Amino acid sequence: MTLPEDRKVRTMIVDDEDLARQVLREFLSAHPEIEIVAECANGFEAVKAAAEQKPDLVFLDIQMPKLDGFEVLELIGSGMAVIFVTAYDTFAIRAFEVHAVDYLLKPISAPRFEAALERAKERLSGKLPSAPVPAMDLAAAARPPQQYLDRIPVRDGASVFIVPVAKLDYVEAQDDYVALASQGKKHLKQQTISSLEAALDPSRFLRIHRSYIVNLERVTKIEPYGKDSFLAVLSTGTQLPVSRAGHARLRAFLDR
Amino acid sequence: MHPILAQLRRLVFYLLGWIPLACMLTYLLAVPGGLTWLQAASVAFPLCLLYAFVCLAAWYPCLATPLERSSVPRFLFTHVAGAFVASALWLLAARTLGRMLAGFEGFRGLDSRLSQDLPLLFGTGVLLYLLAVGFHYVLLAVEASRQAEARVMQASLLARDAELRALKAQVNPHFLFNSLNSISALTASDPAKAREMCVLLGDFLRRTLGLGEKPAIPLEEEMSLVQSFLAVEKIRYGDRLRMEENVDREALATEVPPLLLQPLVENAVVHGIANLIDGGWIRLSAQRRDGLLDIVVENKFDPEAPRRRRNGVGLVNVRQRLEARYGSHASFATSAEGDRFRVAIQLPAGTFDASAAQRDPMKETTS
Repeated sequence: MTLPEDRKVRTMIVDDEDLARQVLREFLSAHPEIEIVAECANGFEAVKAAAEQKPDLVFLDIQMPKLDGFEVLELIGSGMAVIFVTAYDTFAIRAFEVHAVDYLLKPISAPRFEAALERAKERLSGKLPSAPVPAMDLAAAARPPQQYLDRIPVRDGASVFIVPVAKLDYVEAQDDYVALASQGKKHLKQQTISSLEAALDPSRFLRIHRSYIVNLERVTKIEPYGKDSFLAVLSTGTQLPVSRAGHARLRAFLDR
Repeated sequence: MHPILAQLRRLVFYLLGWIPLACMLTYLLAVPGGLTWLQAASVAFPLCLLYAFVCLAAWYPCLATPLERSSVPRFLFTHVAGAFVASALWLLAARTLGRMLAGFEGFRGLDSRLSQDLPLLFGTGVLLYLLAVGFHYVLLAVEASRQAEARVMQASLLARDAELRALKAQVNPHFLFNSLNSISALTASDPAKAREMCVLLGDFLRRTLGLGEKPAIPLEEEMSLVQSFLAVEKIRYGDRLRMEENVDREALATEVPPLLLQPLVENAVVHGIANLIDGGWIRLSAQRRDGLLDIVVENKFDPEAPRRRRNGVGLVNVRQRLEARYGSHASFATSAEGDRFRVAIQLPAGTFDASAAQRDPMKETTS
């Protein structure tokens, strides 16, 4: 993501407070090389604007209505430089785990802001390495300890769906994507099945096959299928293949 | 672990306690039993030493049949059976000892004479065991009362702790950081408004600090603290924040612990309004009737909002403070229905009297 010298840095500001956006706008106005292409007051707007405007740089608040900053980042991908802006210092480690360029604390100091912007421009011009791993996997890895996902945000073009984990029937791996089956629909998300497995509560979700994670509450029975394999029948009627290792795990769980 | 075996000192005292019993048994064996004094003592002392340990085992049946929770038949059966078993073991030991000693000079014929004394020994064994049972129940009672005392101590410590922690946590630092950031924004765009916000914030902080030291304040004062808090938040959230108040004139004079409502309203802002794109309402109502004060704080919220930090810390604090101060005389309940979150508090209504409140907050609150 290197920029030509003469191109402006397309910048997006995401914060639910008007005054907080105003500070950033004021600081940015001193930089003619910056072009503010979108200002968003919540996570949904941010995902939509990111899809449409393809910004280079995003100033991202963490606590917002609908989607928090980490969920926004997970959905908009790693193609841009992100600077988190928040009043909370407790998210800093998570922010750098998802390869944020910088982490600004409110109230924002001008010198600190300039330093962050400088870092962002270095990242954009290719002097600083960018995230080597897709943002979705990073965001999943940066989950707070001892806390499993209770909802999974999914993007379809510019719109966002929230899949509550309690309503998730099963997950199917499809190349670089996972398909989340919930309430009769399937939502595609760019993430590896292993990173999603790690983010789900292991007492509720089980990897029964290389390509499948199942919500244990949905499993009604296990049937033998062929010589060495099995089928899990869900309450929705869906049948999922169960590998030999998956069957052992499932048995161990059901016997408990 | 057995309380007597747990400490060597206790075991020594316990065994010393058996010496008079051993002397008594010597007397029983010598006078009604017909043994010589030497024979009686040589049998009684080893037997009592052994039985001292056998009787320690009574701890376990005592533990399993607590006095207050066991039926009489079960209680009797357990301990009588225990006594018979222990005593039978003791007789076996007595006979073995008698046979061993019978080989020595001066002890000839001891085993046969001792076997005539077996009923006497058996009766003594049963009595001694039952004595041990009684002793163990006393031990259990002492232990239980000590634990109860520790619990009471701990509860009062917790109560004080909760109060202190609650007061310290009152001013949420993030509220300050965000407000300062808003002021920073306003300094360029609207200096007059920035100054106004500085004054509002200062006003709120001063009140918080002052109120935290008082044991109780009239609801009216708490309401004015809430209003100064909302005045600051209103600048941050603008039209997203809408407040409705419905407080009886009578209720306004009722005394409440300071900083009771402000955390509830702050919770409504942080977990309700802040998560709603178009904002929402907070409704606060307070009514006084039949010597009770009913306070309800309701707000709109997004049931599918992402999780926030400090989730419900303010609510937990208020509940702990009410519990510490009023015990079962106050109630605190939260409920969520659809997109509406509700906190309902009920507490004894005392009319404010500053001098009494200064003297004794606990007494005053129940008057």
